[in-house]
Amino acid sequence: MLKKLCDASGVSGNEGNIRDIIIDAVKPHCDSISIDKLGNVIAFKKAHSKKRSAKKIMAAAHMDEVGFMVKSINKDGFLSILPAGGIDRRVVLSKRVKVGKDEMPGIISYKPPHAQSDGYKNIPKWKEIFVDIGAKDKKDAEKYVSVGDYISFDTEFVKKRNLLRGKAFDDRFGCYSLIEILKKKLSNDIYAVFTVQEEVGLRGASAAGSAIQPDYCIVLEGTSAGDFPQERDIGDSPKMGEGVVLTISDRTAFSDKELRKQTEDIAMRLKIKYQYKQPMIGGTDAGVIHLQGSGAKSIVMAVASRYIHSPVSFADYRDLKGMVKLAYNLINEIK
Amino acid sequence: MKNTIKEITAITGPSSAEEGVVKYIKKALKGSKHLEVRTDTLGNLIVRKPGKGRKIMLAAHMDEIGFIVKHIDKDGFVRFSVVGGIYPHNIVNNRVVFTNGAEGVIGIEEKDYHYKKILPASKMFIDIGASSKEEAEKIVSMGDLAVVKHSFSQMGNRIASKAMDDRIGCAMLLELAKDNFKTDNDIYYVFTVQEEVGVRGAKTSAFSIEPDLGIAVDVTATGDTPNCNIMDVHLGKGPTIKVKDSGIIVRRQVIDYMKSIAVKNKIPYQMEILEGGATDAYAIHMTKSGILSGVVSIPTRYIHSKSEIIDMDDVNNGIKLLKAILKDDLKKRGF
Repeated sequence: MLKKLCDASGVSGNEGNIRDIIIDAVKPHCDSISIDKLGNVIAFKKAHSKKRSAKKIMAAAHMDEVGFMVKSINKDGFLSILPAGGIDRRVVLSKRVKVGKDEMPGIISYKPPHAQSDGYKNIPKWKEIFVDIGAKDKKDAEKYVSVGDYISFDTEFVKKRNLLRGKAFDDRFGCYSLIEILKKKLSNDIYAVFTVQEEVGLRGASAAGSAIQPDYCIVLEGTSAGDFPQERDIGDSPKMGEGVVLTISDRTAFSDKELRKQTEDIAMRLKIKYQYKQPMIGGTDAGVIHLQGSGAKSIVMAVASRYIHSPVSFADYRDLKGMVKLAYNLINEIK
Repeated sequence: MKNTIKEITAITGPSSAEEGVVKYIKKALKGSKHLEVRTDTLGNLIVRKPGKGRKIMLAAHMDEIGFIVKHIDKDGFVRFSVVGGIYPHNIVNNRVVFTNGAEGVIGIEEKDYHYKKILPASKMFIDIGASSKEEAEKIVSMGDLAVVKHSFSQMGNRIASKAMDDRIGCAMLLELAKDNFKTDNDIYYVFTVQEEVGVRGAKTSAFSIEPDLGIAVDVTATGDTPNCNIMDVHLGKGPTIKVKDSGIIVRRQVIDYMKSIAVKNKIPYQMEILEGGATDAYAIHMTKSGILSGVVSIPTRYIHSKSEIIDMDDVNNGIKLLKAILKDDLKKRGF
């Protein structure tokens, strides 16, 4: 399931593939499933016991990943592209991509070294970066792609012992966790929401949050690890393999203090390793969900992944298992 | 009033840690039998003076800008992120106080510190008197919040302190709330949370109250110091009636109404156009299907520093203006 989710293409605005996989997986385990007007999947599952919290609990993970859109097809058959979400231009050159509905193989092209004079020194702008689909010319390319088609990274998911390598860990890890949680018996009712267009501005979550207006909001994410080699002692958390990453605060929300305490208590009791994300960095769907209606208590959990928002990332499977366990138990224990 | 301002500005209350301010206000309102007091999900303190007439929401934010711990290095220096709009040039070598009472001094990386250049907060650290990571970890931990240390100066009719933004608004609302004046209006004094990080508390509280008129009471900049930016607001010339800022263009109906009340009651006032900056009115006026909203501001010099200066005449006249509005028959005025 994890491989299926990560290998599938689902750039912001084009989450259909992911939606299909998720609906197939959770349908047998939910009481109702709906797709709202923006494309969010809202799965509702009743508690199996009668004793349940009267509070509305919403758990969310976003289906979309960063990628590109075809901006124009040039006369030589190369594609001009627009990034969807935050992508570092330096890491995309010469990477493999899948283009359009038919998933045409493509390569993100840039002038080869012998065609450059001093091009090495510059980071190319988006308008200087093209996708090559091997077409002869514009006419040829138009047979396979059209303006507005989506382009995603083409990276195969691999798992070796606990090491995971692949793309779109942000946020297929969250989707995977929610699916795993929905398969289990729950002590509380839950709205499990798989959102669209998080990477371009938390858009799906805004609509779904407004429709549900939860009392509690739990967001499951893939977040960037900070444990790459660095010379200066100014912060290296969170670390891959060091446990579930809890958010204290980011640019969009402060996690509720009591809910965070409850989460930490559960983690300690069940011996689930956890760590903190550096405060005030990044943002998640929690940012818009916790401000819907008269407000929700929110918390964000994540798996630390190195090199997110790039064609390929690393993560530790134990962190992911930890997140599933911690989120599952938190959902059950909310009073 | 002066004493209230001195006490309320002294409280450590960065965004998300407003509890100290809540406690202070609740204590001050003890014995006010005419009021209903509650806190909501995000921590807003909502004080209602019930009435049968129009619903008015007055909002002042309890939070102040500050710092949050993101890393402790091996020598015990604390790296931090800023919470809200901290100006780096205002904080070098400032004393700070953490929510747990611990104190520190902001230092800057000397090698990069040229006196002509403003360095970002990422080049700064807090020295908490520890000489190792172990020692420092006994004093503060990741996610702990701090603010600049309070010092209070009275200079004739003017006073200087940290956190005038927006404890001055809180002090004014508190003064009005204690006063059991005669009115038909249904008044909500809302002491909001997390204004400095994105007018968050105002959003959820306005949703649950849905007032007929919303008024934010906050500080505004002035144009009366040497070689400053052009702005037609002067310290001591009266509270201001906001026309626009980055978050709201106040409806002419509201502006004209406020002006007419000031004129009728012979209260000095100034018209305010603030370039850059917004208040809780930004969130309030966009709530549900839209809410008629305005802002009454107190002119303040050196906003977002440890020495924000206000003039007591403006504060007293601001209270007069707001009280006249709260006592008015708003139904007759078309609200």
